[in-house]
Amino acid sequence: MLADKHKSEIKAILKKYPAKEKRSAVMPLLFLAQREYGHITPAALVEVAELLELDPTEVGSLIGFYTLLHDEAAGKYRIQICTDLPCALRGAEELAKRLCANLGIRLGGTMTNGLITVEEVMCLAGCDKAPTLQVQDADGIHYHENQTLGSAMELIAELMEKGSDG
Amino acid sequence: MAEHILLRHRDIPDIHELDVYLSNGGFDALKLVVQKKTPQDVIDIVRESGLRGRGGAGFPAGVKWGFLPQGVFPRYVVANADESEPGTFKDREIMERNPFQFLEGVAICSYAAQAKLAYIYCRGEFWDLAHELESHIAELRKEKLLGRKLFGKDFSLDIRVHLGAGAYICGEETALLESMEGKLGQPRLRPPFPAAEGLYGQPTVVNNVETLTNVPPIINRGANWYNSIGTKESTGPKVFSLSGNVERPGNYELPLGTTFRKLIFEHGGGIPNGRSIKAILPAGASAPILPATKKVLDTGMDYESLRKIGSDLGSGSVIVVDDSVNIAWLAQKITSFFKHESCGKCTPCREGTYWMSRIFENLENGKATSEDIDLLDSVAQSIVGKCLCALGDFAAAQVVSDIARFRSDFDARAKDGK
Ligand SMILES: Cc1cc2nc3c(=O)[nH]c(=O)nc-3n(C[C@H](O)[C@H](O)[C@H](O)COP(=O)(O)O)c2cc1C
Ligand code: SF4
Ligand code: FES
Repeated sequence: MLADKHKSEIKAILKKYPAKEKRSAVMPLLFLAQREYGHITPAALVEVAELLELDPTEVGSLIGFYTLLHDEAAGKYRIQICTDLPCALRGAEELAKRLCANLGIRLGGTMTNGLITVEEVMCLAGCDKAPTLQVQDADGIHYHENQTLGSAMELIAELMEKGSDG
Repeated sequence: MAEHILLRHRDIPDIHELDVYLSNGGFDALKLVVQKKTPQDVIDIVRESGLRGRGGAGFPAGVKWGFLPQGVFPRYVVANADESEPGTFKDREIMERNPFQFLEGVAICSYAAQAKLAYIYCRGEFWDLAHELESHIAELRKEKLLGRKLFGKDFSLDIRVHLGAGAYICGEETALLESMEGKLGQPRLRPPFPAAEGLYGQPTVVNNVETLTNVPPIINRGANWYNSIGTKESTGPKVFSLSGNVERPGNYELPLGTTFRKLIFEHGGGIPNGRSIKAILPAGASAPILPATKKVLDTGMDYESLRKIGSDLGSGSVIVVDDSVNIAWLAQKITSFFKHESCGKCTPCREGTYWMSRIFENLENGKATSEDIDLLDSVAQSIVGKCLCALGDFAAAQVVSDIARFRSDFDARAKDGK
């Protein structure tokens, strides 16, 4: 249960908002659930809804709306590569394609080891250092800029090593 | 511009450390206003400076602050750090490298608005940055630059960071407020504007990160100093985000009114790979495309001049397109962006972006005729003016201008094309 395991973090999140507006905590709590379980499980969704006295279906609709919230399992590390216009003008589409080919998956797919998913995303505000990608995992979200096929493969190798340890 | 007013870390690299910021005049402006000026004085100074919102719409900041209804409390300030417009990466650099000037700007704005609580709405992808901001805010609390009874006066303030979760539309101020309230990020019908009924139904000032970062220097040096920079109606410095087919992409702080030519060729080093410039998107995806004619290149980047040549300054994110690019491809990419980001609330925007994408796919696969290009144009025209927020109009105006200004690129992809 989130409420037991992350008591102090939940308290800190709720404290950010006026007492009668605790609904504002829904996205931070969903992020917390996602970091705990890898994705937002039906049980976690109900738990978050209960903490905030909200309707679970309403909370569920948020997950479909926001691209960083996931209700389906995927790789432990989500490699989210930007192929939006400014990055595309600097070779990002080609990079995404070659990266997936190298890993033997389609864009949006997950490697059989369950560690790596590669997804396409819109502009990440890192266009001057294109191609840019981010890694979303249990730690949060981290940027990696000025990517080449070589650097992206190296990063993935590191993540796979880290991921299979724990 | 020799001196950086906003990207001050380029002159003072360690300015992201609080003691360095303080020893370079940091928080003098906040102290001055709290001890010696009324909230109305601050609003007047900002209004006289001519500072206009840097988030896209260019609305005068001081005028907006003046719209807060008398006597209604609590009030909130929300800094818009959603920065999701393709090609825009200025707020991120400001917050990463010169964070205290931004935070001081938030604090001064809060004083002017008489708000005791300010939020920074960061796009979810700025996860690391949001956590850095939180630790900077903790330092400010420790140094008594935030908290109760600041500078011995009756002004208390706290600043908190809220993370979004990935949705471009949450940059639109009313969608942002909905999202902050834990709801779907869908725009509200306006009026009421946020100044009257914003966060939790209370009077709220929403300003862009760059806008707020201009405020401390305005207080320190005065409105007249500030409005001597830039043009008569578009005053002050602007951070232009330069991206795409250019030798040196990056942020450049230049006076409003600087020409495209100067930005792209002098600062950006021109077009790489022996190519030449074909087109300019002056405001990411959200303003009509411009062919890179001599006249356009010599146009100053300010709100008025861009409107005169049929586009917009927006948030000042200049995407350079070289002559290897087919504009129908570009239009397709931008349309799929807007289709993905439409919040789905209005039919013309939701369905229109869907249908335009379908036609683009046919065009890409050699299945479309020149009549389909006319159809594309009429679908786009039918979206204009029928939507709740500007996203629908941005999507439409992009396609309309791409076809009007680069029709031959579309024809080249049609099966009956020349
Ligand atoms: C679709 C859409 C997206 C927007 N995205 C942003 C954004 O990412 N950042 C921002 O500051 N303003 C954005 N805006 C503008 C805001 O609605 C609002 O005008 C701005 O935050 C006001 O601050 P300013 O006056 O300081 O610019 C967007 C507007 C629209 C219609
Ligand atoms: S115009 Fe599009 S994005 Fe804006 S409110 Fe309507 S559907 Fe949503
Ligand atoms: S387009 Fe890729 S980071 Fe902006």
